[in-house]
Amino acid sequence: MSDERKIAFICSKGTLDMALPALVMGWAALGNGIDVTIFFTFWGLDIINKHRVDHLEIAPVANTSMKMSMMGIPGNLGIPNIVGILPGMTAFATKLMKDKMKALEVPPVREYLQMLVDAGAKLYACKMSVDMMGLTKDDFVEGVIDIVTAGDFMDMTEGAQIVFI
Amino acid sequence: MVAKTIAGKTVEVNEEGFMINPNEWTEEIAVEIAKEEGIPELTAEHWKIINFCRQSAGASGKAPTLRQITVGTGVSTKELFALFPKGPAKKVARIAGLGKPEGCV
Repeated sequence: MSDERKIAFICSKGTLDMALPALVMGWAALGNGIDVTIFFTFWGLDIINKHRVDHLEIAPVANTSMKMSMMGIPGNLGIPNIVGILPGMTAFATKLMKDKMKALEVPPVREYLQMLVDAGAKLYACKMSVDMMGLTKDDFVEGVIDIVTAGDFMDMTEGAQIVFI
Repeated sequence: MVAKTIAGKTVEVNEEGFMINPNEWTEEIAVEIAKEEGIPELTAEHWKIINFCRQSAGASGKAPTLRQITVGTGVSTKELFALFPKGPAKKVARIAGLGKPEGCV
């Protein structure tokens, strides 16, 4: 069937909304028997950073898609940027999104990652980003196989479909 | 929609091989479909998952997602992927005589 299909995700963003696509699609791929590799680079390292993974956030500032309708106010009213800059607004927006995810039975990011690892996904951290941020393998959650270069990633994903997030 | 004979019984399946009517399912059919899916023998652990899926779908009308299976049965993700290798999502649903799971998690 799909024995040979391979898919690789490059996660370059560390916000809560940008952490989810690779997790959701990666899980779907694994469920369909597709080989999954995920390469975390730049801000995407926050997703596998064990000190950060439970604290991924979403900021309402300059986020034109985040409308008041998320809070039950009908219509297309946006959150004014000047409101978004108030202390606590990022935490508020993050809580809102986490509550909505929970209601849909979406597991928290840390647990989601573990599910992917248990199902056979291979996780790697980008060497240049790791060096730039002064991180080591000890900073990452269990399941991250190694810190590799961009060239290594190219070698290990030969023939794979690559999704950049 | 096509008629297919599995384990001596004629049942209706869709173009992806999922049974249309879960009530036509029998344990013998499960054993046969499992063989088609590359699982030569269904163990007690396999049945635990299949039975959970049947019960869950009986209540909700939909095949459970993989996460609903692990949460509902206590079988770990690792075990689930070992029991139904190479794509458990569709395999489990097919063997249990259900449609394709509709959820994303």
